[in-house]
Amino acid sequence: MARFVLERLLGMVLTLFLVSIMVYFIMELPPGDYADRFAFRKYSGTGVTVTEAMIEEIRRDLGLDRPAYLRYFDWISGIVLRGDFGMAYSFLTPVTNVLGDKVWLTLGLLFATLLITYAVSIPIGIYAAVRRGSAADYGLTVFSYLGLALPNFLLALIMLYCANRWFGASVGGLFSPQFENAPWSLAKVWDLVKHLWLPAFVLAWSAVAYQLQTVRATMSDELNKLSVVAARARGVPETRLLVKYPARLAINPVVSTIGFDVNRIFSELPIVAAVLGLTELGDLLLKAYLDLDMNVAGAILLMLTTIIVVMNFVSDLLLGWLDPRIRMGA
Amino acid sequence: MAVLDDLRAPAETRAERRERERRERYYAASQWTLIWWRFRRHRAAMAGLAVLGLMAFLGLFAEFFAPYGQTTRNAQYLNGAPQWPMFCDANGCSARPFIHGTRTERDPVTLRSRAVPDPDMRLYVRFFVEGEPARLLGFLPISTRFFGVDGGGRIHLWGTDDLGRDVFSRTLFATRTSLSIGVMGVVISFVLALIIGGVAGYFGGIVDSVIQRVTEVIRVIPVIPLYMGLAAAMPRDWTTTQVYFAMTLILGLVGWPTLARRIRSQLLSIRNEDYVVAARLAGARPSRIIATHMLPSFTSFIIVDLVISFPYMILSETALSFVGLGLRPPAVSWGVMLQQAQSVRVIEQTPWLFIPAAFVVLAVLAFTLVGDGLRDAADPYSEAR
Repeated sequence: MARFVLERLLGMVLTLFLVSIMVYFIMELPPGDYADRFAFRKYSGTGVTVTEAMIEEIRRDLGLDRPAYLRYFDWISGIVLRGDFGMAYSFLTPVTNVLGDKVWLTLGLLFATLLITYAVSIPIGIYAAVRRGSAADYGLTVFSYLGLALPNFLLALIMLYCANRWFGASVGGLFSPQFENAPWSLAKVWDLVKHLWLPAFVLAWSAVAYQLQTVRATMSDELNKLSVVAARARGVPETRLLVKYPARLAINPVVSTIGFDVNRIFSELPIVAAVLGLTELGDLLLKAYLDLDMNVAGAILLMLTTIIVVMNFVSDLLLGWLDPRIRMGA
Repeated sequence: MAVLDDLRAPAETRAERRERERRERYYAASQWTLIWWRFRRHRAAMAGLAVLGLMAFLGLFAEFFAPYGQTTRNAQYLNGAPQWPMFCDANGCSARPFIHGTRTERDPVTLRSRAVPDPDMRLYVRFFVEGEPARLLGFLPISTRFFGVDGGGRIHLWGTDDLGRDVFSRTLFATRTSLSIGVMGVVISFVLALIIGGVAGYFGGIVDSVIQRVTEVIRVIPVIPLYMGLAAAMPRDWTTTQVYFAMTLILGLVGWPTLARRIRSQLLSIRNEDYVVAARLAGARPSRIIATHMLPSFTSFIIVDLVISFPYMILSETALSFVGLGLRPPAVSWGVMLQQAQSVRVIEQTPWLFIPAAFVVLAVLAFTLVGDGLRDAADPYSEAR
């Protein structure tokens, strides 16, 4: 097991390294560099004519005239050694200040979403497989097709409309206005929970639709296995039998795709956040892209991806723990 | 002769003969015919195919089916409600469907002028009317439109947006853009996947390991943020056409890893089959071995994967355009149209702006159904026979 963990850990570090290069590449992609944009932000509206020499000076000050690999090295060592993600040019503060506790909010949202996804899809998927061909099974199939076809921003809008209609109140955003800038307290956490369910529900929607199909398919296969027949012949009670043999295996594909689900959720986050008016990472990422504030965008992208890579690692470990075949094979 | 026949073989009833012929056809059918037969039995998949066919047809000939151009404005009918053709009104019935014309009125509260339906004015719907000149398929000049109303009026089947542009016409043009972007994106990602997955799967070893790592990295970055990063890099002064092609390129660049993995694993599994070794010993080049000896054995699976990756392309394009990082006006796609429908206020006041969303859902649903049907049909073991 130790060897298994170590191997996966090394793989994770290597992936993270390559990911950071990729992210840096994306940060460098927009035409022009920070010096241009910085000069534009600093002097726009001041009436000062920006000359090439001034931009050149800014470029030297910021160290942007050095080759890309050196700048990458600066960037990544700043992050790894000092937790410094550079300057957010559109806010004129360090990126870490801009991000602040939004990382934790994002993680909270992520776990709430995952919780909903698995709490809904696993039991219902198993139920659908056991009652194969029933009206419920048929309805669920239709639902999961629709779930995959409905764009998340549309769902977000519909939910927002329904929530406004029936619950009144402000359902958009993550906090009620009075808690927006308040220090953390129990009341604030409760307020967060009250607001979190809507985005979590929207984000969980397509993940549920997808996992429902996976669980149902695996479960249907497993139900036809001889182990199930043998157990039934021995007189094992039906519920116990389901849990002990097929259900145990049916959650394997779910566990192995946790990272995939996180990826899907983060993928939808910026757009859902824009519709629901959430202020955490997703929305900020969108704004950063629109403003070409690439230090912020890069930091967020790197963080999201790091969370995904770590969740992949966790899913590997979980799978190894759940399934001896994988543990031994590795 | 007939007597002889009867003596040679016991008489075959009509049912038996039909059965025998059916079997003969079955045994003689090619792989693709078999797939088509199996696919045809899939009702949902056939329905999906029909929907897609209709959409593609309407989109392709949008200049004919859309009563107005994609940027044509009707300044007298801003944010106008859909006008459904009817047969009867307070003044009696008519065999030819008609809509009510509009007259401009001042809103008593806001004092802004607005269009209200005039129940005494009938505009009859006619087919093949003369409209704005346009170029069908980009080169055929036409001025006939599929339908319109007489009397110089305008018909807005699905209402108009805040600039008075016809939602129905724009949706048809958007269908063309969105579907074609999906097709181009899939083609580009397919070519990339073929090259990259082909190299990895054919050569194996260290080449494979390196490519696998890179693929892993691209797969691990969340798709939409990655798309957004690439899309944000597009210069703002690009023309609509440049942005369009850049979008297809971006969709393709991000979409290949899944397919490449599939191609790689298939190639790896048949790399050491006798016929591949034989081709290698005969001195065939790798590209030829991959293309003519290995790929045909799993072409059907690749096609299934291609069809299944369509919905992602379409949803991604829609999402990107929706947040303003994809196609930009005056280009019109489903996502661009939905940009106008970003708030709850729109649902309450001008819900018809959401009609393009129905197209998105329908297209994605249809592609998924066709993909599922194809997957079942392409699997030679799926048949009970």
